[in-house]
Amino acid sequence: MSYDALRHFADSWGLVFMGATYLVLVGCHFLPRGRRHSRHASTMIFQSDETEADHG
Amino acid sequence: MDRLVMRTGGWFALALIAFAAMLAARDGGFAVHMGIVSAIALGLAVYAMRSADYAGFARGLLKMPADQGKYYDDVIRWGVIATVFWGLAGFLAGLYIALQLAFPALNLGIEYTSFGRLRPLHTSAVIFAFGGNALIATSFYVVQRTCRARLFAPKLADFVFWGYQLFIVLAATGYLLGMTEGKEYAEPEWYVDMWLTIVWVCYLIVFGGTVIKRSEPHIYVANWFYLAFILTIAMLHIVNNLSMPVSLLGSKSYSAFAGVQDALTQWWYGHNAVGFFLTAGFLAMMYYFVPKQAERPVYSYRLSIIHFWSLIFLYIWAGPHHLHYTALPDWAQTLGMVFSIMLWMPSWGGMINGLMTLNGAWDKIRTDPIIRMMVMALAFYGMSTFEGPVMSVKAVNSLSHYTDWTIGHVHSGALGWNGLITFACLYYLTPRLWRRERLYSLRLVNWHFWLATLGIVLYAAAMWVAGIMQGLMWREYGADGYLVYSFSEVVSAMLPMYLIRAAGGLLYLSGAIIMAWNIGMTIAGTPLRTEKPMRDAAYDPIADKPLIAAQPA
Repeated sequence: MSYDALRHFADSWGLVFMGATYLVLVGCHFLPRGRRHSRHASTMIFQSDETEADHG
Repeated sequence: MDRLVMRTGGWFALALIAFAAMLAARDGGFAVHMGIVSAIALGLAVYAMRSADYAGFARGLLKMPADQGKYYDDVIRWGVIATVFWGLAGFLAGLYIALQLAFPALNLGIEYTSFGRLRPLHTSAVIFAFGGNALIATSFYVVQRTCRARLFAPKLADFVFWGYQLFIVLAATGYLLGMTEGKEYAEPEWYVDMWLTIVWVCYLIVFGGTVIKRSEPHIYVANWFYLAFILTIAMLHIVNNLSMPVSLLGSKSYSAFAGVQDALTQWWYGHNAVGFFLTAGFLAMMYYFVPKQAERPVYSYRLSIIHFWSLIFLYIWAGPHHLHYTALPDWAQTLGMVFSIMLWMPSWGGMINGLMTLNGAWDKIRTDPIIRMMVMALAFYGMSTFEGPVMSVKAVNSLSHYTDWTIGHVHSGALGWNGLITFACLYYLTPRLWRRERLYSLRLVNWHFWLATLGIVLYAAAMWVAGIMQGLMWREYGADGYLVYSFSEVVSAMLPMYLIRAAGGLLYLSGAIIMAWNIGMTIAGTPLRTEKPMRDAAYDPIADKPLIAAQPA
């Protein structure tokens, strides 16, 4: 692939691909089940079966 | 017994090989480094031969609790101690070179203590030794707790820690001896780079292995940031350090790239070292320790996901802003600038996410000095990620580049964001790791907070003034088309600012010394300092009555 071809790929389909990947990765957390999932994930660090250090 | 013989023999063989390499070395620096390796291997051989349980011995010396329990925490305890130690060393080196700039006589007229050699010692000590140890220690702590799994391959984790210390020692002594690849923040020579690559791959195996064997289905967001940090640093380090050694027994090597390609690779590395080492890694600390200390979940978990992916997708393109108005193609410079400006949004999103975690518990800023430190760290994160994009704009950069404004920017980020969040995490970790009910003294944390904050304010303000003054003086043309100021006039105009900067550094170092004392006394254990609590709502029985006498209905 020549520099020129790479350059044009980068600012056309490459950019589209990157943008789409970003939207999918972020967007999947905004699906309807995302809210419950996020709440669980964010409070996970406070669950009582966690010990503070190796001596409990 | 066989194991002991094998182990001793192995260390001894390594010592001999390193000794042979020392004798055959092409240059003095390489000989010194091989001598260090040989001495360490020999020491380990003697230790192994005496078959003393030296891990247990050290545990007793440092008062580490003996039982292993669910998690593997010894390596984290070592990491806390190493972080404090390297922090002090790095801050002291920084203060010394700040004074060198004000008083050149402090270069002492010998090569080993010249500014040019001590400066990379300072930057590497604070970024890679202090910051790196903090990242390794906290990542091992967080990944075990959030995955509810014991560290994968604890022996390998020990190797990562001690191997990393050897890397630091080799890098630091190398700078003093004048061995450098000449790449900012990637100065160590080829064999030290290769050693770090081995250590880093083991780090990835330990961290990734723990994530894989987790018993908690979801991977908490802090681990995403840690993983991004580990993977990206591996990639950056390997690519930027591709070089060909002149001799396998000498320290000198030459980069695989040349000219503007070399410059671009270097700043792709350099800026992403900021982005993934000093930002992503420390954000991982923020996303675990701020909620834990505040005892409330992070403000918005989804915002943290947006924060994560936006940083990953944007940061990697921002590097060219270090090369404005150079031979780098114009479009690449503009690309770097545009992506830097776009970084504003995720950075501030992350800062707001961290700060708003305190929503409904803002009183903790008043009552808890550790939370106060975290909030100040986040404030500096926001401030320096605001300043960075501003400076990446070409028009601003034409004024700020090569001036002390850059130094001020870096330090508001490093001292304010990385430093304060690390101190807060150390204060969080120490009582838990050493089984103390609390820190030795919360009042000393308060002292540390104010000394550090005041130090940063003096530092950053002095460097803003110095940098803008410097930039304006350099570009000042007279009516006849000549430059108004000579370079030396600009230098002498900076003296007051350099003195203020050194004063700021002294305050910051003093705070760190107080922290070392506080953490040391916490580790030493009883008695913890008896002190008046930080907050005390006094009860006044006389005032405790209705204001007006009860009225008949």
